[in-house]
Amino acid sequence: MKSFTYERVDTPAAATAAFARTPGARFIAGGTNLLDLMKLEIETPPHLIDVSHIALDKIEATPEGGLRIGAMVRNTDLASDARVRRDYGLLTRALVAGASGQLRNKATTAGNLLQRTRCPYFYDTNQPCNKRKPGSGCAAIGGFNRLHAVVGASEACIATHPSDMAVAMRALDATVETVDAGGKARAIPIADFYRAPAKTPHLETVLAPGELITAVTLPRPVGGTHIYHKVRDRASYAFALISVGVIVQRDGTGRVALGGVGYKPWRVEGAEAALPRGARPVVDGLLAGAKTTHENAYKLPLVERTLAGVLAQAKG
Amino acid sequence: MKFDTPATTNPIDQMKVVGKPTNRIEGPLKTTGTATYAYEHHDVAANQAYGYVVGAAIAKGRIASMNLADAQAAPGVIAIVTADNAGKLDKGNFNTAKLLGGPAIDHYHQAIALVVAESFEQARAAASLVRVEYSRSKGSYDLAAALDTAITPPTVFGTAADTSVGDFATAFAATPVQLDARYTTPDHTHAMMEPHASIAAWDGDRLTLWTSNQMIAWSVGDMAKTLGIAKENIRLVSPYIGGGFGGKLFVRTDAVLAALGARAAGRPVKVALPRPLMINNTTHRPATIQRIRIGAAADGKITAIGHESWSGDLPGGGPETAVAQTRLLYAGANRMTAMRLAVLDLPEGNAMRAPGEAPGLMALEIAMDEMAEKLGMDPVAFRVLNDTQVDPEKPERPFSQRRLNECLQTGAEKFGWSKRGKPGATRDGRWLVGMGVAAAFRNNLNAKSAARVRLDKSGTVTVETDMTDIGTGSYTIIAQTAAEMMGVPLDKVVVRLGDSSFPVSAGSGGQWGANSSTAGVYAACAKLRDAVVQRLGLASDAVFADGKVKAGKRSFALGEAAAGGELVAEDMMEYGDLAEKFQQSTFGAHFVEVGVDAMTGEIRVRRMLAVCAAGRILNPKAARSQVIGAMTMGAGSALMEELAVDKRFGFFVNHDLAGYEVPVHADIPHQDVIFLEESDPTTSPMKAKGVGELGICGVAAAVANAVHNATGVRVRNYPVTLDKLLDKLPDSV
Ligand SMILES: Cc1cc2nc3c(=O)[nH]c(=O)nc-3n(C[C@H](O)[C@H](O)[C@H](O)COP(=O)(O)OP(=O)(O)OC[C@H]3O[C@@H](n4cnc5c(N)ncnc54)[C@H](O)[C@@H]3O)c2cc1C
Ligand code: SF4
Repeated sequence: MKSFTYERVDTPAAATAAFARTPGARFIAGGTNLLDLMKLEIETPPHLIDVSHIALDKIEATPEGGLRIGAMVRNTDLASDARVRRDYGLLTRALVAGASGQLRNKATTAGNLLQRTRCPYFYDTNQPCNKRKPGSGCAAIGGFNRLHAVVGASEACIATHPSDMAVAMRALDATVETVDAGGKARAIPIADFYRAPAKTPHLETVLAPGELITAVTLPRPVGGTHIYHKVRDRASYAFALISVGVIVQRDGTGRVALGGVGYKPWRVEGAEAALPRGARPVVDGLLAGAKTTHENAYKLPLVERTLAGVLAQAKG
Repeated sequence: MKFDTPATTNPIDQMKVVGKPTNRIEGPLKTTGTATYAYEHHDVAANQAYGYVVGAAIAKGRIASMNLADAQAAPGVIAIVTADNAGKLDKGNFNTAKLLGGPAIDHYHQAIALVVAESFEQARAAASLVRVEYSRSKGSYDLAAALDTAITPPTVFGTAADTSVGDFATAFAATPVQLDARYTTPDHTHAMMEPHASIAAWDGDRLTLWTSNQMIAWSVGDMAKTLGIAKENIRLVSPYIGGGFGGKLFVRTDAVLAALGARAAGRPVKVALPRPLMINNTTHRPATIQRIRIGAAADGKITAIGHESWSGDLPGGGPETAVAQTRLLYAGANRMTAMRLAVLDLPEGNAMRAPGEAPGLMALEIAMDEMAEKLGMDPVAFRVLNDTQVDPEKPERPFSQRRLNECLQTGAEKFGWSKRGKPGATRDGRWLVGMGVAAAFRNNLNAKSAARVRLDKSGTVTVETDMTDIGTGSYTIIAQTAAEMMGVPLDKVVVRLGDSSFPVSAGSGGQWGANSSTAGVYAACAKLRDAVVQRLGLASDAVFADGKVKAGKRSFALGEAAAGGELVAEDMMEYGDLAEKFQQSTFGAHFVEVGVDAMTGEIRVRRMLAVCAAGRILNPKAARSQVIGAMTMGAGSALMEELAVDKRFGFFVNHDLAGYEVPVHADIPHQDVIFLEESDPTTSPMKAKGVGELGICGVAAAVANAVHNATGVRVRNYPVTLDKLLDKLPDSV
């Protein structure tokens, strides 16, 4: 870990102003991801701006009938909020499928969206990795990649985004609200939030440097049966091999989002029309153009079978 | 004391303290965080500095250049140790690769430098400023690809690489029912909680090392050899060990570099291996490729059994002895075993809990399940039919005790084995449910072991031996032994372990520790009893009970014998040839029920039962914990544990506990252990054997067999993960 300086701020404006003063600085919220990466010198910010005390820790109803989740709401509090449990069950289920109780007590909504990949080569600074060190190559391609992406990957990077929460947010059509260094606010649909790796896998989102996430909003509840199935080798405390989040209505229509298959929570709205016809036609659209390695080809049948199981479960 | 004839009745047989389920005497220290582990000896030496290890970034090659300038200039840095400035270093007898590499690099994350600084953070930060250029050489990292180059290794632990009885090839060819199958087990890492850690302090040319080590005397020897100093000048202290599983049998980088760092810094230095470094820097259980051939007559009697195993290691290393159990476990007139060893430039392989038997049974016990299926026999009945009461390679040698059949039959009854259905036939909602069985087998080993016992005037008995407690419960069984021998309650015994200034014990490894170390304490206590009787002028048949010594009408409080000064007795238990005359082994049967998600292929263990026959169980509570822990580890090796080898760059990629998964609570819902009542007079006056490794032996195969019973899918390559099942599962819920 490199030495760094630290300050704590208590308003979004102070946070972005601090960033303007200290180029290369990073926001720190729960620290459960950033600190680990700093210890391994995968991230080496010279300055940390602690945003965890900004009063962005409320979950409020929006005039549109949805919820506005403050960026600093802890994963535990979000999962256990009565409105979330009632109206956005998928979000609660995805959250509690992630990490552990202690980690969820620290982890924040913004931090969770921005957690970085779990590609093991990304974690080993001796290895080539375009995401960690642009231009150095991708060790996972041709190496150990049982956990890697099957859709949306590039020749520069085949990493997945590891968040469970983000899968639910994607299925729920969440919007990420931010404020930038100039004080300008914007709202980014989660569908547009993550950037494809292409030739620049180190650029993971559309956020500008110093742009602060202030909230994530959810539109009006859509009802239906909410199921999150996270598939993994051990029963708990492991990242997803793949995960499937669905919202299924009585008539069999609904939404599907996947985790563990690509650089972002994966959803293809166009494929969802096939839902009443079962898993296979949906997956044909959802994973169209999939590219697998000899180690991760199992993810394609796994997605289909998991979705089929989940749809059967939704029917009761 | 020499143990060369089977034990007769002795004070241990009273079983007033020994054999009772007993809480750990050091338990409260551990649960309150006051037991001092290696890195936590903050007070033993003033002014401790911190060392941080730099690991090699390549698997094989040379350091072309190393620039220390930036690191040296970093804040707080006191010294940097490298092969260039460390002086002449030898290699320990138990090490395959050097613990400080350079300029030649033998494996990934081999230590190439230690940065010593005022704080841990400063040492870590400076370590990343050590600039190294390498020139890589081509290495061999793929066991399957190296098979053709494998050689017959020299004798391993006193046993030949190859054995043969009768005419295997002809007999196998003639059998009506045959199996010829190939199995693979991956590399495993010990993943114990406490990392390797040491604090070193020099006083002139004398070194004290507070460390975490299973084998004190071996490690004093290897420290002395490595540093080129006299053994007498080294004191090694390791009172508590947060798990070892074989990973701490030897001196490792932390110990050697702490000593060198302390010398360079001129003050005490502490070094712990960070988790991401441990896996490639230290030892691991090597992967194996195994071929098993079994031929049986139509009635199920095995007439030919052959087991071959290939593994790899660095030059100078040894094979994983995965065929060991096949030499002894089942009958069969025609038999062969063979071990082959390839050169691999991966980190060095070595012992991990039940080396040999653990991976060997992972394969053999699936093979037995497959044979039973081919024969249309119940897997329990097939094993029972092929029991042997003698060493099948040397029929003149009986087993001292062998109740494998009783383990199997008791387990079958308790587990509800008769409810096991045909493969793929049992459903519970979305779960396919199946049961599996496997035999457990691990040899009992005895090693000479010494202890010193002191009696003071308060009647307190203090035991000193360099035996270690690696979380197994050594403190407690040693206290129980001394209490039984001296006729005092447990709270009148003090046990001091893990210090090289104490008499040399068997240490902890190969499940030899419990029986051997308590036998040493028995010997010392027998001597102390003589001293007490003599001091008090009593007849030699005096009775030690209830804190008193009685003979005829005379009775004394035990402490009275020490009224004139402490009584001290020291002795060592040594062994004759009983282990040659009798094959001493431990036995068990594992029963497992699993559920397999019909759609996703996720495998979850639902119930586990182990039935063990392992001699006298000295502390049923600690023994149960050992077996439960081993069953958990076995479930891990069945379902998730695998060091992923990068065959291009030559290292274990998933080198932390996020990437290398071991079971968590949710993976292990229900476990039970039954010990058959037993005592084996051929092993020692304790009549005990080991149990800590028996518990893992066979577990993984029982899980794999249960998965087969649940799904009809046979997986022969561990770990049994869902991707290996998926295309063979039914199409709908
Ligand atoms: C052992 C372990 C297991 C885990 N298992 C899972 C799992 O199974 N599933 C899962 O989904 N996750 C898992 N996680 C990841 C966990 O969910 C994330 O670490 C956590 O959500 C990150 O939140 P944080 O607040 O701690 O983020 P931090 O570590 O504080 O920050 C993460 C990133 O977000 C940036 N950031 C934080 N706040 C803001 C803001 N307001 N605006 C802009 N940028 C910001 C930081 O600069 C940093 O780059 C696991 C983590 C660990 C350590
Ligand atoms: S997959 Fe991406 S994160 Fe992993 S090594 Fe390749 S570039 Fe790095």
